[in-house]
Amino acid sequence: MEKQATREAYGKALLELGREYQDIVVLDADLSKSTKTAEFAGIFPDRFINAGIAEQNLMGMSAGLAAAGKVVFASTFAVFAAGRAFEQIRNSIAYAELNVKVCATHAGITVGEDGGSHQSVEDVALMRSIPGMCVVVPADGASTRQVLRKLYKRSGPAYLRLGRLAVPNIYDDDLQLEIGRGIELKEGKDATIIGCGIMVEKALQASLILAGEGIMVSVVDMHTIKPLDQELVIRKAKETGAILTVEEHSIIGGLGSAVCEVVSEYCPVPVLRLGIEDQFGQSGSPDELLQHYGLSVDKIAQKVRNLLKIL
Amino acid sequence: MKVINDQAVQQVEEKALAMKRHIVTMLCEAGSGHTGGSLSASDIVACLYFWEMNIDPEHPNWEDRDRFVLSKGHAAPVLYAALAERGYFSVDKLMSLRKLGSPLQGHPDKRKLPGVEASTGSLGQGISWAVGMALAGKMDKKDYRVYAMVGDGELEEGMVWEASMAAAHYKLDNLLVFVDHNGLQIDGRITEVMSPEPITDKFRAFGWEVMTVDGHDSRAIMKVLNSARDVKGKPVAIVAETIKGKGCSFMENRVEWHGTAPNREEKEKALAELV
Repeated sequence: MEKQATREAYGKALLELGREYQDIVVLDADLSKSTKTAEFAGIFPDRFINAGIAEQNLMGMSAGLAAAGKVVFASTFAVFAAGRAFEQIRNSIAYAELNVKVCATHAGITVGEDGGSHQSVEDVALMRSIPGMCVVVPADGASTRQVLRKLYKRSGPAYLRLGRLAVPNIYDDDLQLEIGRGIELKEGKDATIIGCGIMVEKALQASLILAGEGIMVSVVDMHTIKPLDQELVIRKAKETGAILTVEEHSIIGGLGSAVCEVVSEYCPVPVLRLGIEDQFGQSGSPDELLQHYGLSVDKIAQKVRNLLKIL
Repeated sequence: MKVINDQAVQQVEEKALAMKRHIVTMLCEAGSGHTGGSLSASDIVACLYFWEMNIDPEHPNWEDRDRFVLSKGHAAPVLYAALAERGYFSVDKLMSLRKLGSPLQGHPDKRKLPGVEASTGSLGQGISWAVGMALAGKMDKKDYRVYAMVGDGELEEGMVWEASMAAAHYKLDNLLVFVDHNGLQIDGRITEVMSPEPITDKFRAFGWEVMTVDGHDSRAIMKVLNSARDVKGKPVAIVAETIKGKGCSFMENRVEWHGTAPNREEKEKALAELV
């Protein structure tokens, strides 16, 4: 299976959109080589602004540019975007309902060797709490390209969570994706695995192991954490009676929390959350870290077995 | 070079006085808000809205308009008073300040009120927003100018200096920032709480053209605005010496009037002086 990091797909998609739409402006904070906005900067230098190492001003300038009619893609690492510049995103961008897409790369523990200071495990929780903020976590390159196109067309603020690590492609380029509509990748009656980001592909692998044991699970790619596809969550809760959420994020405040909020209110069924327990990351290779923090195919399969036991 | 004559000066001064009266009246009606810093900014804001800026209240979103960002958003009453006097909305609306459902929020909300260019109030963010607007103007090869006002206490926010570095780096000569240098912040004198001095030297070191003016002398403000328009290749900071609570003797230079609204009696006393 071919691999591509979602940040790579983001960089390519920006080029496509930049050619098609003249009102797109890209901002970065001295990380353009890592966030993959550098290619856009090279081809469209008049529509690229480097804020330097100054994330607060990155978001503030983005607000001003959007207020003057631009569609702004503002990039830096997730920990600096959602964390350091949280209040600028809240007050200058979201409160004013401006057309700024905060595209944060290097999210989660798969940042790897840089360690816990740079591994954002709480960014989805932070961004999800802002009124009106759209939050999207694409699973692979093809879906990232689709999401970017849809976000361009969708007015208002958004947070796009992207990764550093090359991950297997699960979609073709002809994928049709809608913001706010989860994708049912697999149908199974025993339980539903709802995942986002790089964990979707692992959920698919886990479903194969489980099928070998006679356990048939549904797999949903819940790329949009907010607005959450409540209808789909409720339907899968009713159809399968048990849900496991999987995400490369803290189990506090992310996809797992969002799903629990809906399930507990509209269709209470057992839900287990697989994600990073309440702790920071550390240095290591991405694969070692995924194993260490339990974000593995085996762990997903084990969690489903546990889930079925409590039914 | 815009013409400065007695008639122009007189018109600005009349509007500034009307704005100060609105400020005191609407704050009394609201029962809370920031009186001192609204009054200290009034003469400058009047110069911008009634002499300097190329704007059209009939078309608040006209894309070639000049823009004003009140980065010290707590002085919202001065902005609302200017917009009402300029005809963006009726003067009666000023009495809804800070009331439930009013477009005149405690701090400016651009979604709710025509003429408000930026949602500000969280200090440091408005100047950054103004830099973004000025960048857009350059990108689109537009002639519009972007004006902003920061408080002197606001200069304690690190983000102001991130924005200042960017404005000079990108040679934004379509950006002009007033510093309302009234010397007071909530907890006391700026020099005692956390001194941002020397302010002129700081902006100069950041690559700005720096000018100073008496922020209550309309003719002088008009002159400095005229010379600022000739500056090329860098942004302009105008450090304006002002008096917090200007125009009301019992408020002037008194820190307790930073975030206090006048009661009925104080309002009458203030209006008796603002003539």
